[in-house]
Amino acid sequence: MYQFDYHRPTSLDEAAQILSQDDEASLLAGGQTLLPTMKQRLAAPSQLVDLSGIAELKGVREDSGQIIVGAMTPHDTVANDKTVQAKIPGLAHLAGEIGDPQVRNRGTIGGSLANNDPASDYPGAVLGLGATVRTNKREIPADDFFLGLFETALDEGELIKEVAFPVPKKSAYAKFHNPASRYAIVGAFVASTEQGVRVAITGAGPCVFRVPEMEQALNSNWSADAIKDIKVAADDFNTDLHASADYRAHLVTVMAKRAVQAAG
Amino acid sequence: MPDTGAQRVLRKEDNRFLTGRGRYTDDFNRQGQAYGVFVRSEMAHAKIKSVDTSQAEQAPGVVAVFTGKDMEADGVGSLPCGWTVTDRHGNPHKAPPHWPLARDKVRYVGDQVAFVIAETDAQARDAAELVAVDYEPLDAVVETGKALNGPQVHEEAPDNLCFDWEIGDKQATDDAFAKADHVSKVELVNNRLVPNAIEPRAAIGEYDPGGDEYTLYSTSQNPHLLRLILCAFVLNLPEHKVRVVAPDVGGGFGSKIYCYAEETTCVWASKKLDGRPVKWVATRTEAFQADAHGRDHITTAEMALDKDGKFLGMRVDTIANLGAYLSNFSTAVPTYLYGTLLAGQYKTPAIHGNVKAVFTNTAPVDAYRGAGRPEATYVVERLVERCARDLNIDPAEIRRRNFVQPDEFPYQTPVALTYDSGQYELALDEALKMIDYRNFAQRRQESERRGKLRGIGFSAYIEACGIAPSQVVGALGAGVGLWESAQVRFNATGSISVFTGSHSHGQGHETTFAQMVADKFGTDYNNVDIVHGDTGRIPMGMGTYGSRSLAVGGSAILRACDKVVEKGKKIAAHMLEASVDDIEFDQGTFRVAGTDKQKSIGEIAFAAYVPHDFPQDVEPGLDETAFYDPANFTYPSGVHIAEVEIDPDTGETQIADWVAVDDFGRVINPMIVEGQVHGGIAQGVGQALLENTVYDPDSGQLVTGSYQDYTMPRADDLPSFRVGMTETPCPHNPVGAKGCGEAGAIAAPAALMNAITDALGTEDIQMPATREKVWRVAQQRLAPAAE
Repeated sequence: MYQFDYHRPTSLDEAAQILSQDDEASLLAGGQTLLPTMKQRLAAPSQLVDLSGIAELKGVREDSGQIIVGAMTPHDTVANDKTVQAKIPGLAHLAGEIGDPQVRNRGTIGGSLANNDPASDYPGAVLGLGATVRTNKREIPADDFFLGLFETALDEGELIKEVAFPVPKKSAYAKFHNPASRYAIVGAFVASTEQGVRVAITGAGPCVFRVPEMEQALNSNWSADAIKDIKVAADDFNTDLHASADYRAHLVTVMAKRAVQAAG
Repeated sequence: MPDTGAQRVLRKEDNRFLTGRGRYTDDFNRQGQAYGVFVRSEMAHAKIKSVDTSQAEQAPGVVAVFTGKDMEADGVGSLPCGWTVTDRHGNPHKAPPHWPLARDKVRYVGDQVAFVIAETDAQARDAAELVAVDYEPLDAVVETGKALNGPQVHEEAPDNLCFDWEIGDKQATDDAFAKADHVSKVELVNNRLVPNAIEPRAAIGEYDPGGDEYTLYSTSQNPHLLRLILCAFVLNLPEHKVRVVAPDVGGGFGSKIYCYAEETTCVWASKKLDGRPVKWVATRTEAFQADAHGRDHITTAEMALDKDGKFLGMRVDTIANLGAYLSNFSTAVPTYLYGTLLAGQYKTPAIHGNVKAVFTNTAPVDAYRGAGRPEATYVVERLVERCARDLNIDPAEIRRRNFVQPDEFPYQTPVALTYDSGQYELALDEALKMIDYRNFAQRRQESERRGKLRGIGFSAYIEACGIAPSQVVGALGAGVGLWESAQVRFNATGSISVFTGSHSHGQGHETTFAQMVADKFGTDYNNVDIVHGDTGRIPMGMGTYGSRSLAVGGSAILRACDKVVEKGKKIAAHMLEASVDDIEFDQGTFRVAGTDKQKSIGEIAFAAYVPHDFPQDVEPGLDETAFYDPANFTYPSGVHIAEVEIDPDTGETQIADWVAVDDFGRVINPMIVEGQVHGGIAQGVGQALLENTVYDPDSGQLVTGSYQDYTMPRADDLPSFRVGMTETPCPHNPVGAKGCGEAGAIAAPAALMNAITDALGTEDIQMPATREKVWRVAQQRLAPAAE
């Protein structure tokens, strides 16, 4: 690690202010990506702005029929929250599949979404449920939030405050994990909502994406069989030691089917 | 033969391990200690044109920066390889120098180039980035199969050939193939593994100018051997002035046997700094790059059979990748610990093995849990399974037809070893019963109904452990004897301190040895303390590897106990006013035969230190030392059967069941032994399904340099293992033990790959059988049906 200054503000405004005065400053949420990167000397922020002291960013609540998850809520809290388990079991299940117990007790939803790692799990749920990302400046619908590889709609100095999840009729997440890192090689989140079916795939490509063909098929017939022959193109998919692009493309169909089955 | 009771007592050492009170090398901090960081090569192969340390030397807190030139000027020697292998033409293996800090060239990514020492670890890391190395890149070769035709790694080794070695009778083997009714063949890759001990290596070198003495704290499996190599070969130090302390060590699996560059450099640097202690602790990245790796063979093997499935002859050709430099044992692993095991449990009358060992631009390869024996077992058991499939003979039956029978021991194999004992069919029968082999077909059908592919795989392994009989290994070319020492000291108040050369780094010696000694003297095992890991406290010993601790170290302890009893008898005879010949000893009591006159060993011990009325011919004290050199290797054996279920949609292999029936001879603590078996199988499963060390074939960069990419087995990758045992005591050591530490890792890969290839109906898949590989094979197999 290189040397840095450390701050632990107690309000969002204070955090935003420190951030606005230094281009080299970095927000610290759960630190599950940033800290290992700093330890390997691949990142060298001048200041770390630790968000763990801001009480309003933590916790899960129900509000106007939506489930609101604070940006600094650890995965383990979401996985074990009784309301989430009852209202959106697919989301609780997804949170419980992230990393390992240590990661789930440190890592946060806000950190995960802001980083937008192509293999992370949460983007699947946020896009798959059509959630809304609320920041210190505005509300961003999931369909507009994820822009590309490690790229989001967040502006410079913009902080995620919380995420609002509409409650679906049913939903589920099926994950094919990377055996080494436990990230998603392919993660399929399916949801049947008032506005129709949503299918979001994470891990396979450079950024989470929806599969309209599957959504249409499931809108008319909610069953695994309805999508068994729908293939996605492997063109821009990731290839690495653990899975080639065409294997991932194959797994998209397999995992989407399993998610539909799991949702019931 | 002692009655060891075979008790599942809890491990004494776990109290401190589980409460965070273990003391590992990094827990030691010495007065005035400075911190060292290595500058490592980022190139796989390059000439060093220059190393500019001037900027680093000016950085805050920097104490010194050393390079290979400094060590060269000081006359520092090469890290040695202790085993000589003589090639087919009678020449010794090529032994290019391995300097602790590179001098003219770097030969793998991670090779040490400079050592930066500063007041703090952070300052040393900052300064290390300022060392400017000017490289002239050279072409690199990292692939085992391409080494013989690749860019030359060492001038001393044309074609990158370290040695071209053979074992067995080639003519007899050729004759066997000439008369065979059938020949089966396999082509196998034994994938390279990173050992991944939970505690990375670490060292503190400390020179005391006052007494001209050196101390090295180090994560070592064998502190005495490390001291010997440091003194005699590398740093040329007086052995009596050097102390090596290996405190609690968090796992080794072989990787902490060796005298490495880093530990050596810390000792040397402390002298250069006039006694300032220098600490180095490896990062996990360094562990991936620079710990000695394991395995890395490519093999073609053939078996000649008659029409009844009897083995007539076996032919094995292997290329073994030794990496960029020879580590201490590296030449022995693919030869004496591999070629000699190619007979397996079978009476194959003629065997010929040829091993070409090659240099590549990769980390050095040396012994890793099993060391040569997993590679041999993998070849033999994959080939035997292939024979069974080719001839349509049941895989259990073909093994049965070829096993060495219990009445045929001692059995001289065609590849040098003499097996001492074994009951191979007994273990097979037990394993078949445990896994309910008769009903496998039903289970397979049931899996098929669910769209899954089920397979079953056998591995009947043998290993040569209890390393090692000095005379045998001396004849094979070992530079050292591999006996063990023990000192058993009764303290005046009756407690017992046992000093052993066997180092414990997870094996549970502090419990097993204490149980054995307590049993001998009829006391509680909490009254026995096991002292190890410090050359300043224990007699010269050989350390822990090759499943040797109980068989060799334990035997030395029993010998020392016997000497204590003999001495105790003299004291008892004096105290009981009887003749020594009339004194009997049993369970802690000395008794005059046929009388009720007796003294407890506690009374004897106390008297030994308060010898007010001892006669002249009885020395005070009750403290005896023994050295034990085994007469032969020990030969643990067993049968593992794995059953898998494959999901053809995803290529996922689920291990549905696993039974292991092992024969380790006499067992002291079954709980510890079962733990060793479980851990060994987990490593074998890791090799077969998950782990693989990948270097980029063009750049030579280590691609799997972290846990993001190198797949360690985790609890949810593994089933509940079912462990059974047969017990055929080792006939030639006083404990009767054979060793259990490596068996799981030796047996498991073949069992699992035999099960996977059985499920898939093809042999055409190499380790690790990753999900994508399995999926591709399954798709090909199912394709016609899908059309």
